[in-house]
Amino acid sequence: MSAVRVSPFLTLSDLSVAFPTATGRVLAANCISLEIYPGQALGLVGESGSGKSVTLRALCGLVPAPGQVVGGTLAVDGRNVAWGREQRALRGRTISMVFQDATASLTPVRSVGAQLREVLRETTGLSRAAARTEAIALLDRVGISSARKRLAAYPHELSGGMRQRVMLALAIATRPRLLLADEPTTSLDVTTQERILALIKDLQAETGMAMIFVTHDVAVVEDICDDVMVLYAGYVVERGKVSDVTKQPRHPYTRGLVSAVPRLYTPGPLAAIPGQPPDMAALPPGCPFAPRCQWARPECLAVNMRREAATQDCACPFARTGAVPEAPLAVEAMTE
Amino acid sequence: MSPAGHTATDSPSPNSDAMLRISGVTKVYTKRTLFDRVGRRGGVRIVALDDVSLSVPRGGAVGLVGESGSGKTTLARTIVRLVEPDSGAVVFDGVDLLSLKGAALAAARRRVQLIYQDPYSSLNPALTVGGAIAEPALVHGLVEARSARGRVHELMSQVGLSEKLEDRRPRDLSGGQRQRVAIARALAAEPELLIADEAVSALDVSIQAQVLALLARLTSELHLTLLFVSHQLATVEHICEWVAVMYRGRIVEEGPTREVFRTPRHAYTLALLNAHPGRGSQPAGRRGAPAAVDTQPGGTQGCPFADRCDFRVGECTETMPPVMLLGEGRATRCVVLPKLSAREVQARLVWDGGDVLRG
Repeated sequence: MSAVRVSPFLTLSDLSVAFPTATGRVLAANCISLEIYPGQALGLVGESGSGKSVTLRALCGLVPAPGQVVGGTLAVDGRNVAWGREQRALRGRTISMVFQDATASLTPVRSVGAQLREVLRETTGLSRAAARTEAIALLDRVGISSARKRLAAYPHELSGGMRQRVMLALAIATRPRLLLADEPTTSLDVTTQERILALIKDLQAETGMAMIFVTHDVAVVEDICDDVMVLYAGYVVERGKVSDVTKQPRHPYTRGLVSAVPRLYTPGPLAAIPGQPPDMAALPPGCPFAPRCQWARPECLAVNMRREAATQDCACPFARTGAVPEAPLAVEAMTE
Repeated sequence: MSPAGHTATDSPSPNSDAMLRISGVTKVYTKRTLFDRVGRRGGVRIVALDDVSLSVPRGGAVGLVGESGSGKTTLARTIVRLVEPDSGAVVFDGVDLLSLKGAALAAARRRVQLIYQDPYSSLNPALTVGGAIAEPALVHGLVEARSARGRVHELMSQVGLSEKLEDRRPRDLSGGQRQRVAIARALAAEPELLIADEAVSALDVSIQAQVLALLARLTSELHLTLLFVSHQLATVEHICEWVAVMYRGRIVEEGPTREVFRTPRHAYTLALLNAHPGRGSQPAGRRGAPAAVDTQPGGTQGCPFADRCDFRVGECTETMPPVMLLGEGRATRCVVLPKLSAREVQARLVWDGGDVLRG
């Protein structure tokens, strides 16, 4: 939409993130590749444990220990960036992040103004007075009324929506080229969510920054993203333009996900995906979705998932060849 | 799952045969700081429920929607008397629950079961799945101790849990499995009214659909009456034929879900619908509702929504709009939207598939 397809400024290739567990190494992200163009909004969709958050965190060097990046390359403006210190240096000017839980992400013991000034002075070297003026402008920009007065407020004095606005102000203070957003509206009321999403879109249009938006809500992706990647068990199972993927999903998991979400003004039964999200420590061979897939066949066990996920827009070879029927999913009572 | 949400024409009116009738329920919390106590001051009054009336028809499914802090959960908890209201009546199957004590209260409570939002904190971590499900049946004397196991198996199969999980504890289960245990536990008491308080909100998307399908199937098979508390409008549209919209402790609109969602007659309902994700990209300037202003609930004289309302007229800020009956079971506390034609209201609904609305 707003993205001008010149060339990607950030390229992530074959990212793998591993967590050691009692039963062996678990790959939370497996061969994930993505390209980010200026102004693009990319959605990462998946359920808990799909690898969407860990991918986002790897991009800004925040993979929680004991997890670590075990493979993949990151390039910014065509130049390779080594994982670790070199990559962490991207934080601020190039990449900044908004977290799901604003309460836990803001320091409770410092005022909103102090937190904003700190970021501004660290990254832009503004004087105290200039940082204060800029902080007021930022709060004003994210829609906080009487910004001057709010500088002295502590996070606990603000509502959830207000705190999320402060987080956004902190994130855009450094004028990043890429904003990472990890379910920033999940814990908010719909009316507040709608306004925060609108604000993010406006900021994006204004600054031309790119965004990666992680969510479990397909409807939110439809509203604010240009492109989407659907993750399951650490793999990208489908990717494409949002309108294509949500209107004509190809991978059986995406089909299930899209039809499992109740939509307003769309009568008819919901199609639940049977079974449980996968146990990452005990993934089956082949396609990890096969145990829950109603079109599963013996060949699914032999699918080379790393290759499929890394090279194809839809990681199901049978869906690609049309072997998976277009018929809607059946609704059945499920036993666990 | 039966698509129960779209049969408004043949669904019973909530007033004809009410399983549950809430009338004039008010609950005021008083927040008194130490200084208030020392100074013998009354403190700040927070009106959590303000003269709330609501009927749930026998065998029907009523959705209760609203933002956080609107009073949905307080109302749900009032029905089972986890919260004691200051005034009003809660009549369940002809009996005023608020007047009951002792054995009579215990007996009535068995017939009304609550399913909580968070299956991670609502189950006792020390009890096995089987023990947790058997407990309500044993407490209410519905089974003998020796036949409890058979009943547990029956309930587990009803909610789609494998018997193999009987000796597991909640920590071994996924969120979806835990919520099935919570539902089985509620069913163990053989209730007639089920109150689900955000019962699927904490679950993964694919699991939400499973649990919703389960709730819909069980309510129809066991002829249960359902009060479904949720902030997810689309979910309510799918499983409830009736809906009540709460805002700051008041029910501001109610009626058949299909009609209320397609032609809302309260500005707040319209704002909620317009804020719902999944409408496609929207041009800037057509937003759902301005942000909530941080005022204490119950603090305003007029309509509590007036400060956020695009349709506000002079009288909105002067007096609290009275309940206006609109026929076909619909009621609203808005003075502006009922004056518009259906077409005018629908034109204000921001939705990509606009034709669906008029279909």
